[in-house]
Amino acid sequence: MNHLLLATPKSRRRLPASLKRALQGIGVLWAAWSLTFFILYILPADPVTIMLNQGEQSTVDAAQVAALKAQYHLDLPVWQQYLLALWDLLHLNLGKSIISGDNVTDLIIQALPATLLLAVCALVVALIVGGGLAAGTSVLPSGRIKSMLLALPSLGAALPTFWSGLLLLQLFSFSHAWLPAMGNRGWQSLVLPTLTLAIPTAATLAQVMSRSLAEVWRRSFIDALRLKGAGTARLLWRHVLPNAAIPLLTLSGMVFGHLLAGAVITETIFSREGLGRLAEGAVSAQDIPLVQGVVLTAATVFVVVNFITDAIYPLLDPRLATGER
Amino acid sequence: MPVTLTRATLRRPLLALLVSGLLAGCDQAASEAPAVPAKAAAQKGGNLLIAIDTDPNCLDPQQAGNNNSLNIGRQLTDSLTDQDPQTGNIVPWLATQWQIDEGNRRFTFTLRDNVTFSDGTPFTSQSVKDNFNAIVKLGARASLASTYLKGLKQIDTPDAQTVVITFQQPNAQFLQATSTMSLGFFAPSTVAAPAEARCQGSLAGTGPFVLKQFVHNQKVDLVRRNGYQWPSSLAKHQGESYLDSVEYRVIPESGVRFGSLISRQLDVNVGVTPQDEALLLAKNIHLIARTNPGLVYSLFPNQSTPLMAEAPLRQALNLAIDRQALKPVLSRYQSAATSVLAKTTPLYQDLSADLGYNPQAAEKLLEENGWRRGADGIRSKNGQRLSFRISYWQSAPFIEVVQQQLHQVGIDLQLEKAPISQVVARQAGGKLPVDFYNLTRSDPDVLRTVFDAGGRNVNHRQPAEVDRLLLQSSETLEKAQRQDYVTQAAKQLIAEGNAIPLVELATVIATGQNVRGFHFDASSRFQLYDTWLTAKE
Repeated sequence: MNHLLLATPKSRRRLPASLKRALQGIGVLWAAWSLTFFILYILPADPVTIMLNQGEQSTVDAAQVAALKAQYHLDLPVWQQYLLALWDLLHLNLGKSIISGDNVTDLIIQALPATLLLAVCALVVALIVGGGLAAGTSVLPSGRIKSMLLALPSLGAALPTFWSGLLLLQLFSFSHAWLPAMGNRGWQSLVLPTLTLAIPTAATLAQVMSRSLAEVWRRSFIDALRLKGAGTARLLWRHVLPNAAIPLLTLSGMVFGHLLAGAVITETIFSREGLGRLAEGAVSAQDIPLVQGVVLTAATVFVVVNFITDAIYPLLDPRLATGER
Repeated sequence: MPVTLTRATLRRPLLALLVSGLLAGCDQAASEAPAVPAKAAAQKGGNLLIAIDTDPNCLDPQQAGNNNSLNIGRQLTDSLTDQDPQTGNIVPWLATQWQIDEGNRRFTFTLRDNVTFSDGTPFTSQSVKDNFNAIVKLGARASLASTYLKGLKQIDTPDAQTVVITFQQPNAQFLQATSTMSLGFFAPSTVAAPAEARCQGSLAGTGPFVLKQFVHNQKVDLVRRNGYQWPSSLAKHQGESYLDSVEYRVIPESGVRFGSLISRQLDVNVGVTPQDEALLLAKNIHLIARTNPGLVYSLFPNQSTPLMAEAPLRQALNLAIDRQALKPVLSRYQSAATSVLAKTTPLYQDLSADLGYNPQAAEKLLEENGWRRGADGIRSKNGQRLSFRISYWQSAPFIEVVQQQLHQVGIDLQLEKAPISQVVARQAGGKLPVDFYNLTRSDPDVLRTVFDAGGRNVNHRQPAEVDRLLLQSSETLEKAQRQDYVTQAAKQLIAEGNAIPLVELATVIATGQNVRGFHFDASSRFQLYDTWLTAKE
């Protein structure tokens, strides 16, 4: 693998682009996984000590604690632990959570769908709200209303997720029992978390989109089309939006990363099951196998989303499909 | 003067949440919740929704050490005995009677007839033997239970209803230990299952509820055990439990637990923060509280460090702390420590006379031992400042008042609040000059487990007179005699500055107005067998 990565530009050209991307993806996953391992290893505690001291002080026999640590190979030097874990990983075995004893793979499979559903819903809402706001303001004449609307995204980005979540709960759940305050049951329990998570994402999208739209509106081909008699609405839908969407697509991988990070707070406030909650608990208990599993999963989602965006580019702009990028 | 919960009154909580910190100071105005109305007939049925703050991780009470797990495990299994929270006395449960001989080494229990596990297999003396042997095999994984069985020599089963448990040494704490869920019983299928599978819920117990579902970070569902008829002798009724089902919801955010209870999306909140107390009371929400038995929140000096090896300094710490002055920052349910044991611990005795506040005496002790005040008011000797650090994770604002009190006599206490994992790691390292924590156990033997120089030895000290007292207290069940040993040991621990008791922790639980018969057990944990729900209007 090293040979391929360090290859000269000439030989790299021989590699199909898709294979190159796949190797890069694997490299990213390996780096994320290894980095997590070493960061957790540097921290002063080990998961067995933490497990045995939950809440109050344990009075367990030191010899028994040592035996339990040996069972998880926590007594070996760090490089041996790392190689053992890597060997398991190559066999697609993510190991067992030290704290709960569950298979890490099972825990992730149980938690991932809820988080993906939340993230996708939030992305859709953010695209509609953020994109709509940007498109709307781009066609408005300059004035007080326009500048007010243009300021909204900054406000949305500045709101702490934690605060907006509690505010939504107060308005729609505690004072009027319209929507449940917690859990993963039914679409009703998805509404408030989706809104909470969508606010900062919509704000980011609107900010990027506004700039991009303004830039496209200024281009000369728009003027030419306008002279030919095209109306504002037609121009917006047929010409401006598709052109302005390309930077948005570039951003989408990053946005998805934001959504996964935001899920940690959102899932905690709304007591939802999901990858964010799993990560939060695993990190505070320094459950090394579980944290690594969660990081690997998040990194995989990230890599896959980037793959997909790369595949979509040519559909939006056929020029990108031809020739080398 | 009950306040009706209308939508208008419910609109306030958010503002309330935001200013709760301010209000906590003037909670005198808040009226106490009225006691549960006069005895009404208990009703069968309903689902009890309980909010817990963290994922229980492992549901097996034999393995678990955290309160949330233990409060779930208690519903799934029964114990040989039960402990009366009022008197501390051990009373029958699955064992109808017992006999203790050979100087508290041999315990013979006669078991109740016709008890079965939820998978149908019978509970016999063999079940006791298999479960206890399995706990010993679990070792450190059974963080509490294995310590209760330390020194187990053999278990005999002369017949199906008799079990004889023999220890190598006299073991006075064992009888109380048989009342805990940590020594509860599970069917042979559970006993044979791997530790991990048991954590995830492969648990067939004898208890009044059966585990239905466990979703990590989300919920634990229990349903009523049909045909249950062997409650503890302390139970208020016979037959099956009143509740159809119990659902524990994991709700990490205290504001959400608070709001959900107020808006009746929850029945019980077991994680009430001190800031929420006044507001819950103002909302006419019923709060029940009980002091946790065992070791109170204390400072434990580490004598292997040069600083804390000095006895007069440790004694000065005890003299320099004004425990009564901590009250304003405590929850209304906590109180200043009056001994190293909390008042709910059996054989507790008020030792407040040994914990008097005398800053002049403290300063005199320090002066005599060469600690002189510097320009900044902090003392030092041979170039060393009288300064030490404690590491803690708990919500314990009173420790800041202690810091100010120590500063007045020239001692610099540095506070370092950190995540639990880091605190645990530092304490396990044994290098901290002073540890700070509490330990819940409804038996005075908690003193021996923590202080014994041959055991945990929290002070890292040489064996001394107090070790003999601790050992003797663990060998006798004769009340007056044991009382004498326990009190003498507690007095010595305080006099030598091995324990600097500060505050008694209390468990505070909020219940909706529809919840009846919710009680604490002797360890300030709960049992839902007698709990019932009134019809929601």
